[in-house]
Amino acid sequence: MVFSQTHLLGIEDLKPAEITTILDLAEDYVALNRSVEKHGRALDGMTQINMFFENSTRTQASFELAGKRLGADVMNMAMAQSSVKKGETLIDTALTLNAMHPDLLVVRHGASGAVNLLAEKVNCAVLNAGDGKHEHPTQALLDALTIRRKKGRLHRLSIAICGDIAHSRVARSNLILLGKMENRVRLVGPPTLMPKDVSEFGVEVFDDMRAGLQDADVVMMLRLQRERMDGGFVPSEREYFHRYGLDAEKLAYAKPDAIVMHPGPMNRGVEIDGALADDINRSVIQEQVEMGVAVRMACMDLLARNLRARRERDRLREAAHG
Amino acid sequence: MHLWFHNARLIDPEARAEHIGAITVEDGQITALDGPCPADATVVDCGGKCLAPGIVDLGVQVGEPGAQHKESLRTAGLAAARGGVTTIIMRPDTDPAIDTPEVLEYVTRRATARTPVNIRAMAALTRGREGREMAEIGLLLDAGALAFTDGDRVVADTRILSRCMTYAAGLGALIIGHPQDAGLSRGACATSGKFASLRGLPSVSPMAERMGLDRDMGLVEMTGARYHADQITTARSLPALERAKRNGLDVTAGISIHHLTLNEFDLGAYRTFFKFTPPLRSEDDRRAMVQAVADGLIDVICSMHTPQDEESKRLPFEEAAAGAVGLETLLPAAMRLHHSDGLPLPLIWRALSLNPAHRLGLAGGRLAVGAPADLVLFDPDAPFVLDRFALLSKSKNTPFDGARMQGRVLATYVAGAPVFTQEAQHA
Repeated sequence: MVFSQTHLLGIEDLKPAEITTILDLAEDYVALNRSVEKHGRALDGMTQINMFFENSTRTQASFELAGKRLGADVMNMAMAQSSVKKGETLIDTALTLNAMHPDLLVVRHGASGAVNLLAEKVNCAVLNAGDGKHEHPTQALLDALTIRRKKGRLHRLSIAICGDIAHSRVARSNLILLGKMENRVRLVGPPTLMPKDVSEFGVEVFDDMRAGLQDADVVMMLRLQRERMDGGFVPSEREYFHRYGLDAEKLAYAKPDAIVMHPGPMNRGVEIDGALADDINRSVIQEQVEMGVAVRMACMDLLARNLRARRERDRLREAAHG
Repeated sequence: MHLWFHNARLIDPEARAEHIGAITVEDGQITALDGPCPADATVVDCGGKCLAPGIVDLGVQVGEPGAQHKESLRTAGLAAARGGVTTIIMRPDTDPAIDTPEVLEYVTRRATARTPVNIRAMAALTRGREGREMAEIGLLLDAGALAFTDGDRVVADTRILSRCMTYAAGLGALIIGHPQDAGLSRGACATSGKFASLRGLPSVSPMAERMGLDRDMGLVEMTGARYHADQITTARSLPALERAKRNGLDVTAGISIHHLTLNEFDLGAYRTFFKFTPPLRSEDDRRAMVQAVADGLIDVICSMHTPQDEESKRLPFEEAAAGAVGLETLLPAAMRLHHSDGLPLPLIWRALSLNPAHRLGLAGGRLAVGAPADLVLFDPDAPFVLDRFALLSKSKNTPFDGARMQGRVLATYVAGAPVFTQEAQHA
């Protein structure tokens, strides 16, 4: 078993073997979550603080549930309405929290790199629950687990990620993870929503959806935020759906057994046709949510093990010197 | 049913040459050059006069919808036919602007029923031509929009223009820009210099055009967009244009016939029919522009047809509306380039028909087998004095009122059918 991380800040830091470790352990937690007695003990006695500087319902609930099922004491801090509003800097907030001796800190922040900054200032394990337009590692891991379970493998697959790539941390984490696991990644979207020179990441870039979906095994749709549809990046909702919305006609270009994914929350009729999202033969959107809890349990479990080991080492070192 | 034009001085812009010859037309298409007379043909003896591809006029304002009292689709079509313009490329500066597929479909449907010549529309680049939100470029392209432009309104916010260009580049759509620095040109109605100072008019340096072009060229290089500058009118802009073309950017440029044949002194005593956007330039600039057309650096000559009613023009110069009608005077005014400036007719026709058609992906503009038989028969030498009240355009705002001109259209054909003949006009 390979996993040597102190924090989970981004997929970029993970080795392929570490990704496999997380997914293998998550499989066990999928089984646990499906049983009647859903309690594990991996986080017994630990304190988990969820700090969400951006509003979130789904991700925060998923992390909260994951922590509680493993026995942690979980506290949610809705930072969007709190001390930040009073002018406290991010580092001061971190130091204040650190003084409360948390063990796991789950952080979402609107600025890219903010979670990395916070991780430097605290001595607990930090999990990135999404920072700006940078990374959202647990989302990529839960997507990977969903793909692995549906396709039987996580390599040599053709995966199309479609929509607002430029503003999406989900897309960044996913393209890094899927690339590390040696898949063929294609990015599909209008050029206004495509990061500059992204093709240099070893992905193929398409602005035509049909060409981009050709023979794909997995079609991953991204959410397009409404404020981006209003003439700024794309002209209108209807033009976006016409050109980039996933419907049965466009999906027909992918492989017949291609699965459809979406990180949620969906805009039905904007990036995905409502009927397709509900098609249980193609859409795995509900499974993604289920895998989310299991993957987060696995990540916190592994980080907690490393945290305990590190503290034990520190204790022994102090004892030796004392 | 064949049509055989013979004894014609054929102006061939593609070959950059002219010769006396014949054209055979069948089913609206040119089927032979210099071929024998088909047995069933209707013979048109051109009497040694010029036969050229019909003019493709890039950038015509029609008042419909919104200002039918200035020009309707019907009157614009009649004026075009009389002026030898066989394809009107309509500007989207209508009211409402052509910025949705619905408006475009409405205009196209009405135009086809009311005009004897071909009429195609461009669409707005931003909603309402307000320079804030991108128009539905993809849907408009599917609905038949030939290009995207906010007309003479500059998209001042560079970030918005860059997004529009990036998006359009992905679709291969052509953007038509109005190179002008929005801040410098605000409120100006003359070119800065001795004459504007003498007249006390708010003026703008020709540099504002070059600055606008420099910005747009930067964006084209950044985004890979296809770009056409609607009007390049000053010598200062030419090196920037030349450099962009040399560097392989997909860039072309146009100019209105008024900037090629008139200069700032024509304003005289505040004559508002000589108010244009951009304003008329110095004689040095005008001559440099004629040379740029001769060199092929400027690709397109257009009328920039802008109908204005008497009330819009009968105002103090600063307050008067800009623009002039041009569909009927484009050809005789272009003859000035031939008679006074010495440009050969095939070269002038590259800019009037071949280049605009090619740039917009249209089949016309050529004298070639398979091309549509959109033709203009004209006498390049016939002299006349222009009477603005004899124009077919609803608006009579021409700067050439009372001018001595040479060059008359004798007949105009669209898809082989006569849409104007001088005999019918006088009968």
